[in-house]
Amino acid sequence: MRGVALLLALLAIPSAAGAGEEVVAGLSRSAISITANFDGSDLIVYGAVKRDEPAPSDSTLEVIVTVEGPSTPITVRRKSRALGIWVNTASVEVDRAPSFYAVATTGPLDRILSQTEDLRRKISVPQMIRSVGAPQDIADSPAFTEALIRVREANGLYSLHEGTVQLAENTLFRTDVDLPANLVEGDYRTRFFLLRDRQVVAMTETAIYVRKVGLERWLYDLAQRQPAVYGVLALAIAALAGWAASTAFRLLRNG
Amino acid sequence: MQIYLPIAEVSVNAFMLFGIGGLVGVLSGLFGVGGGFLITPLLFFIGVPPTVAVATGANQVVASSVSGVLAHLKRRTVDMRMGVVLLVGGLLGSALGIWAFNILTRLGQIDTAVQLSYVVFLGFIGLLMFQESVRAIVRARKTGPRPAVKRHQHLWVHRLPFKIKFRASGLYISVIPPVLVGIVVGVLAAIMGVGGGFIMVPAMIYLLGMPTKVVIGTSLFQIIFVAGFTTFMHAWTNRSVDLMLALLLILGGVVGAQIGARLGARLKAEQLRILLALLVIAVAVKLGIDLLIEPRELYSISTAGRS
Repeated sequence: MRGVALLLALLAIPSAAGAGEEVVAGLSRSAISITANFDGSDLIVYGAVKRDEPAPSDSTLEVIVTVEGPSTPITVRRKSRALGIWVNTASVEVDRAPSFYAVATTGPLDRILSQTEDLRRKISVPQMIRSVGAPQDIADSPAFTEALIRVREANGLYSLHEGTVQLAENTLFRTDVDLPANLVEGDYRTRFFLLRDRQVVAMTETAIYVRKVGLERWLYDLAQRQPAVYGVLALAIAALAGWAASTAFRLLRNG
Repeated sequence: MQIYLPIAEVSVNAFMLFGIGGLVGVLSGLFGVGGGFLITPLLFFIGVPPTVAVATGANQVVASSVSGVLAHLKRRTVDMRMGVVLLVGGLLGSALGIWAFNILTRLGQIDTAVQLSYVVFLGFIGLLMFQESVRAIVRARKTGPRPAVKRHQHLWVHRLPFKIKFRASGLYISVIPPVLVGIVVGVLAAIMGVGGGFIMVPAMIYLLGMPTKVVIGTSLFQIIFVAGFTTFMHAWTNRSVDLMLALLLILGGVVGAQIGARLGARLKAEQLRILLALLVIAVAVKLGIDLLIEPRELYSISTAGRS
């Protein structure tokens, strides 16, 4: 089923591009550095529509912008009551779920985008998440992916902003995307879709590089690559702080 | 001021961390406990993943125990030999605990295991302490001759083989009970991210019959190594120690401990113990309620990439 959808998507690209409209896009910044006092970031996404001929007047132009964090496999666990206490009893592996996903549009998503097109391009939040299939004993695996979306929406990691893309003169568009403080490192894929009659007529994509820098980078790399050295360092700092505290306050008390 | 924690990969308020460290430091200065039992649940509460909270909590315990033990060494209230015997057990227990921790993390049961150990152990110890200190206050109110405290009781503990002389404690007992106590505390240190002082201290007094004056120093002495070993193992196998987080907690803790020590000088020992008992019980009850009532969100997410 998925293979067929993919094939359709591949076939669809040339015909969609043939409408004579292209999207040229830009970002207010191409890299985001996570420093020690990183407190989220505001990203301005803008672009323009390039045409060889005048814009068709029989349909309205719509724009969708998506920003997508690196995907990882995820385990969603569900608690239920066992022996009187609430414990994790069931789990579903989600094959691929982005750590962050924001969708901004010029209008209500279901009005400007057809379902088949959403399936093909994987634009809406539920389409971005792929589950490999739940274990045999779990009948309601959709509940798990829904929960994943619900939890991440509550944390501001997944979001849909309908009508926040401003389109001027059917040519220029811009929107703001809020990147939260609890951002994960990686390449954030940004996609731009132009739509007419609920079909994608043009698309382009670019990436924002989100990286830890400075002390954050150094600590993270050390913890990953030299765990033994990192462990010793952690202990040395603790011992030193303990010693320094006891010495400092003894001097303070005596002095 | 928000600060991004490189290992936990969450952004938290630096003053909040400093405050948590400080609060726990005050308590540790006041009551002579490491305070790990408070730090770990508080870190859960502000959104630090459990694996990072436990590992970093252990690191913080190292700092506060070092600070405490130095004072005790000056006063010669550390039984080195007993400390080493407890430590042998403690390291064994810690290795066992890390192993269990990793298995439980894989099974997705670590949160429950940590919470459950907190409820059971804190609840039990809290009630014991409360009962004991109430009795002490009641006894203090009744003016009259105090019953002589019996030392050198002959319990079952004294009939076991491999006896060793512990001079600082004035004991001649088998090494088996201290090693066992060490193992239990080591396992708890690894799973709960605590030093285990709140279990070690009563066990030393009531099970091993050690004199109170050497108990705290000796307990702190061995906690340094057990918590240190735990920290190192967590860093090594799980990469879950967050130095940025540890640093802020330690800074707060160091200042708090000294404030606590001064506050402590103004209160009576029994009152202190009642307060500590109430605090311990409160934490246990809070965590117990969380386990018993239906959570608002039944589902939880864990990234496979980060163990």
